[in-house]
Amino acid sequence: MSDRQYMRVRADMPPGHVRTPAYLRGKCGWVERTLGPFPNPEALAYGLQAQALPLMRMRFSMTEVWGAAAANPNDTIDAEIYSHWLEPAEAPHAP
Amino acid sequence: MPHDHHDHLSPSGHPYRPDDDHPLTYWQQMEIAVRELLIEKGVTTAAEINAQIDTMDARTPANGAAVVARAWTDPAFRDALLADASAATRDMGFDVGPMKLIALENTPTEHNVVVCTLCSCYPRNLLGLPPDWYKSRAYRSRTVKEPRKVLAEFGVTLPDTTTVRVHDSTADMRYVVIPARPEGTDGWSADDLAKLVTRDSMIGTGLPKSPDAA
Repeated sequence: MSDRQYMRVRADMPPGHVRTPAYLRGKCGWVERTLGPFPNPEALAYGLQAQALPLMRMRFSMTEVWGAAAANPNDTIDAEIYSHWLEPAEAPHAP
Repeated sequence: MPHDHHDHLSPSGHPYRPDDDHPLTYWQQMEIAVRELLIEKGVTTAAEINAQIDTMDARTPANGAAVVARAWTDPAFRDALLADASAATRDMGFDVGPMKLIALENTPTEHNVVVCTLCSCYPRNLLGLPPDWYKSRAYRSRTVKEPRKVLAEFGVTLPDTTTVRVHDSTADMRYVVIPARPEGTDGWSADDLAKLVTRDSMIGTGLPKSPDAA
């Protein structure tokens, strides 16, 4: 667990074609694997020149995402988040 | 008798279902207009469009079942599939196209389930078109929040010792679940094993059929 690279999803709500689910914004997870680079869909969707960006498979604990409502704290959610949506973070404190 | 309740029943005794023949929606009209323009301007042809529809309709969960059965019987293929599922399935003739594929292996301690909360991303090269429920708001919103309840409604009840891993297909990757091989199938051929692999077991909302049921 100490090897985990924790990152926090930016808590922004910009308009446009964004592939970062709102329920994960502001949440802290760790890198499951790095993918890509893939062209940024936020530019691609509008026919603009799209920068190729790393795509991170982030893993979040259910407790981090849903708090005490999580049915089983060991369960996880993985999602692909573009690197410009992520900022370095400390490991979240145990609940 | 104009208000006889039998008026509302078909000869089979069931209520008549209303016809689904509403006028075209805005987006349906838009699709037809764009398609006709593309043909008129020579960008594509009606034959090309029909060929693409045929290709889409020809893809069924049997593709995915062949991949799973091979992973169960060929350890080198299983390793290749987990390392790079796009390449491994392309070699079997199931090209994922510009998207990339990740295979998720269920084990006695881990159960994987796939959802696309943003839309309806689905490994169409292996499973064909997604079922309607996969695109429903209920499945998309509930699977990330209460996966165990959703799985139980599909008939999959997991012990607390099994970790549930939900995979939200948010961007460029597509996901296929490799379910655990059923007990009691030692010595089975890949073709026979493929018959046990259901569509839902490759989404993660089901388990393969029991060998007794085959």
